Amino acid sequence: MNTWANIKTIAKRELGAYFSSPLAYVFIVIFLLLCGFFTFMVKPTLLDRGQASLTMTFFMWHPWFYLFLVPAVGMRLWAEERRVGTLELLLTMPITTWQAIVGKFLASWLFLGLALVLTFPVVVTLNYLGSPDNGVILTGYIGSWLMAGAYLAVSCITSAMTRTQVVSFIVSLVICLFLILAGFQPVVDSMNEWFGSRVADAVAGFSVITHFDGFQRGILDSRDVLFFLSLIGFSLFSTSVILRGHRAG
Amino acid sequence: MIKVDNLTKLFGPKRAVDGISFTVERGEVLGFLGPNGAGKSTTMRVITGFIPPSGGKVSVGGFDMVEDPISGKRLIGYLPENAPAYTDMTVSGFLGFAAEIRGLRGDAKKKAVNRAVEMCFLQSVRHQSVETLSKGYRHRTCFAQSIIHDPEVLVLDEPTDGLDPNQKHEIRGLIRRMGEKKAIIFSTHILEEVDAVCSRAIIIDRGRIVANGTPQELRQRSDWAGAVTLRVSGMTANVVKEKLSQLRTAKRVTAEAQGDRITATVFPRTAGEQDLTREVLEATRSWPVEELHTEVGRLDEVFRSITLPDTAKEQAK
Repeated sequence: MNTWANIKTIAKRELGAYFSSPLAYVFIVIFLLLCGFFTFMVKPTLLDRGQASLTMTFFMWHPWFYLFLVPAVGMRLWAEERRVGTLELLLTMPITTWQAIVGKFLASWLFLGLALVLTFPVVVTLNYLGSPDNGVILTGYIGSWLMAGAYLAVSCITSAMTRTQVVSFIVSLVICLFLILAGFQPVVDSMNEWFGSRVADAVAGFSVITHFDGFQRGILDSRDVLFFLSLIGFSLFSTSVILRGHRAG
Repeated sequence: MIKVDNLTKLFGPKRAVDGISFTVERGEVLGFLGPNGAGKSTTMRVITGFIPPSGGKVSVGGFDMVEDPISGKRLIGYLPENAPAYTDMTVSGFLGFAAEIRGLRGDAKKKAVNRAVEMCFLQSVRHQSVETLSKGYRHRTCFAQSIIHDPEVLVLDEPTDGLDPNQKHEIRGLIRRMGEKKAIIFSTHILEEVDAVCSRAIIIDRGRIVANGTPQELRQRSDWAGAVTLRVSGMTANVVKEKLSQLRTAKRVTAEAQGDRITATVFPRTAGEQDLTREVLEATRSWPVEELHTEVGRLDEVFRSITLPDTAKEQAK
């Protein structure tokens, strides 16, 4: 019970930190603008397609939005603590490093979830215009949130590696770009040509695109869920190793 | 309460702390002295469980800081160097967070925050964001955080650094009062602070303890301990020097003329020699002495003589 109380306290503080700076509002506004723009303005638009589905007009863009938005959310998590020196304060309090890592991660993940929930007008519009399969939309949202969590966990690692937020941002952006491109169709096609389908499939297996695909089509595959969760778990574990490394000197 | 046993900490090939042992009991205020880079902060970081030791043992309240760090950390209040605080929070928000993570909820939390705010004189800024605070206030905010749960052990890294003289005085008083019931260890560069606050002091240099004792004991190690300074007028420096040099327990005499006044200091053969003052008094009975007093010894001189590198020591001579 104590563990959860500690995690909750950390997460609460972290969420407070987002909303006491302009970062949270800037992020939400930009994310919503991008979603609206790409869904209703970029051809083929939702209306052009004439289908009551969000797959190709809304969720399809999320991996790309997250590519630069999520590292921006995650970059301050540890880099800022190290720069200001509050890391020393935090880790000498009666909590484990794990509780701190999970608390901070959950706060940011909930924040991303909130931004995602605020796109609900798109769903409302769709339901007004036609009769979409809301189950498919729900799995799309779940997949999108899991994917955001995976990006975020990667940003946790890069944030723990440096005192400089910009460095963290760029490095996590590059890693996330790899996570996208490994399953991006043009890249997969070239890989096929160069190394054969076995290698191409193996590499594509690491991509968030490959695993996000099922969610968009309404399939809740345990393997896909497991992929994202294990990516998150592995990244948070790496974060703890890096933090311990700093302290050991 | 705090037990440090043969503590060693390596950073790469560099020995930041090299075999330090000491204990601090309840009711003791231990002053931690040493030049910059001597290993003070590193030792404190190991005690508080922020960094693991490379060798040796540290326990707080009987809990080993490597095997059971959480239980140890519960007992400790810590003020790190430079007094970091979350700049995006208000003072009361920050203290509330500290209280909550120490397991204080509801009424207990409110009381703890109020108490800390009062003790550290933060009433006027409690709803202000930490970012907008001056250095002194920010420092006291972090100090307030360290005492929020009324800990049994306090570890304070330069608690008066960057404060104005009034604030220094307040904080020293606070440490002394709390030292009656807690085990406190604090580091400082200011030697007068040791006299004002500590019941015991340790001087460390290049990772080793080079002196350990009460402030009085440390002062006794100074050449100045037991020296007699006197001021006379109407005599020449040479005469004064010659006469005083003949005293049995005098080691050497310095005499300096300022106008027609002579200020002379007689150093004892052995530090803290008791007879010197009496001898000087007898020898100068017929002199026009304006002022005479016995020195108690100077901490800064002890500090310098112990911690200066050998080469610099020779140069100083």
